[in-house]
Amino acid sequence: MLSPEALKKIDREVAKFPPDQKQSAVMAALAVAQDEKGWLPTETMDFVAAYLGMAPIAVYEVASFYAMYNLKPVGRHKLTVCTNLPCALSGGTHAAAHLQNRLGIGFNETTADGRFTLKEGECMGACGDAPVLLVDNKRMCSWMSNDKLDKLLDDLK
Amino acid sequence: MSAATFTPMTPPFAPGAYGPDAQIMKDIDGLNWRLADYLKRGGYDGLKKILAENVPPEKIIAEMKTSALRGRGGAGFPAGLKWSFMPKGYTGQKYLVCNSDEGEPGTFKDRDILRYNPHSVIEGMAIAAYAMGITVGYNYIHGEIWDTYERFEEALDEARAAGYLGDRIQGSDFSFQLHAFHGYGAYICGEETALLESMEGKKGQPRFKPPFPASFGLYGKPTTINNTETFAAVPWIINHGGEAYLRLGKPNNGGTKIFSVSGDVERPGNYEVNMGTPFAKLLEMAGGMRGGRKLKGCIPGGSSMPVVPGDIMMECDMDYDSIAKAGSMLGSGAVIIMDDTRCMVKSLLRLAYFYYEESCGQCTPCREGTGWLYRVINRIEHGEGRNEDLDLLNSLADNIQGRTICALGDAAAMPVRAFIKHYRDEFQHHIDHKRCLVPVYV
Ligand SMILES: Cc1cc2nc3c(=O)[nH]c(=O)nc-3n(C[C@H](O)[C@H](O)[C@H](O)COP(=O)(O)O)c2cc1C
Ligand code: SF4
Ligand code: FES
Repeated sequence: MLSPEALKKIDREVAKFPPDQKQSAVMAALAVAQDEKGWLPTETMDFVAAYLGMAPIAVYEVASFYAMYNLKPVGRHKLTVCTNLPCALSGGTHAAAHLQNRLGIGFNETTADGRFTLKEGECMGACGDAPVLLVDNKRMCSWMSNDKLDKLLDDLK
Repeated sequence: MSAATFTPMTPPFAPGAYGPDAQIMKDIDGLNWRLADYLKRGGYDGLKKILAENVPPEKIIAEMKTSALRGRGGAGFPAGLKWSFMPKGYTGQKYLVCNSDEGEPGTFKDRDILRYNPHSVIEGMAIAAYAMGITVGYNYIHGEIWDTYERFEEALDEARAAGYLGDRIQGSDFSFQLHAFHGYGAYICGEETALLESMEGKKGQPRFKPPFPASFGLYGKPTTINNTETFAAVPWIINHGGEAYLRLGKPNNGGTKIFSVSGDVERPGNYEVNMGTPFAKLLEMAGGMRGGRKLKGCIPGGSSMPVVPGDIMMECDMDYDSIAKAGSMLGSGAVIIMDDTRCMVKSLLRLAYFYYEESCGQCTPCREGTGWLYRVINRIEHGEGRNEDLDLLNSLADNIQGRTICALGDAAAMPVRAFIKHYRDEFQHHIDHKRCLVPVYV
């Protein structure tokens, strides 16, 4: 269900914990699975559960508790913009509005061509870099002026 | 307000970028994060000395107590005292955990420590582990800072390869295995017991305390949890002595502190200053108020702490006790600056939304109360406020604070009370006139 490379990554995480605590690797395993699948369909979560010897319900609970897991399909790129107060004071909400205008979608929506999903984020611990946004959970983009946002959208195919 | 107009601080920075008082971030230029660079700065000297001289663990803990280093994660608990709570003579597994789940709005210092000086945290943790007889540790890193998580993993590899982590460190009897762990988007996991639950592969819902982690922590074993910056200060204390660290700051408030300055300043960023530095000086380091405007209010310790009016803040020094006297708390050291063009109702609304979103839902006062607070502030902001709403907000805050499992409830309640206390006219104006006192900004 997951590629050998993905399983290797998960094994590396499992090895960090005591042998009887494989469940500790569930967050990492779900992140790895999501990187590969784009989101977390039930059968993927079931696979992770079986792989780590967990009850499937315990895995669903984790996946639904943490905001960065995609429980539904998302666009090819997920853009998460921080609009919390420290960022808002330095242009965070303007950046969000600019993206909404450019993409013609609101938060939690995906463009018709399936390229982008837009999300509103909470503090990413990078407020000094405001406006900040996260591309596909992994890449933090700092000081996102409108020009830089436009360029980012053009670059992300 | 448009995006920042200043020149972003991208590596390599000029020497002294974190300010002249910097100790943790001294000589950091953004590129010199590797082991070789750290060694050149005298890194791992403290750990090597301890191992070579077989320094008794109690002596290290005593030194930590002398230093008056207080936890940098938010609560300000004395680190040495916390370390002394670990059960002595316990022969089972014990754990050491670093809290790098930095998610308190306004706080972005741990990210800089981890990406620009990761070995200071590794060395600090290794010394802590030695002092408490711990052999396994984890660093729980905020999920949103993925590149920093990867860099920390790289630093761990370097430290293992050079014998600063792993079995029989530097040929001594001391072994310490350290691993990185990442979150995936839940503010509540910054709370230490939620963090432990999360590490056990569960939802991050805080535990009832007591028992405290020192007796019942990770996997039910004795565990010590400290913040990233707390650990990063440890090597300096070992190298220079607790007394010297204390003298950098003031009694009961030892050392330096990295303040994350955000909002309406010319140069948002991290600045490391001696405890007790006047706020006015910190503001100056951050380039002063953006556009030369007037300071209306400042949240000096992260969004969970009470806001302080500008005139009081300008007279305040930056240390735990002085900020407490000014009616707030130093918290995580996130200094959020708001100028006189800011609407305080709108500002509070965004914070209220955050706590409502991030409540883990375990306790009724927090789960229901944060939503209620948000809805009432929302209707005030949108011109539908009622005359009794301000009293209602205060009574809601009263009914949340102190009645929940973890401090997120207090964190949601305290800002509400402080915003209303200091800016009541502005809230009343919204209710009376159905519009804002200050121009729209967002
Ligand atoms: C809602 C909530 C969020 C917290 N977030 C953090 C955090 O992001 N980082 C942190 O170090 N401590 C955080 N804390 C404080 C921790 O519970 C704990 O006190 C701290 O990590 C202990 O380390 P220290 O003594 O070195 O400060 C949070 C507490 C609460 C109640
Ligand atoms: S106070 Fe809120 S966040 Fe904390 S345990 Fe209770 S419901 Fe969860
Ligand atoms: S408020 Fe946006 S990163 Fe902190």
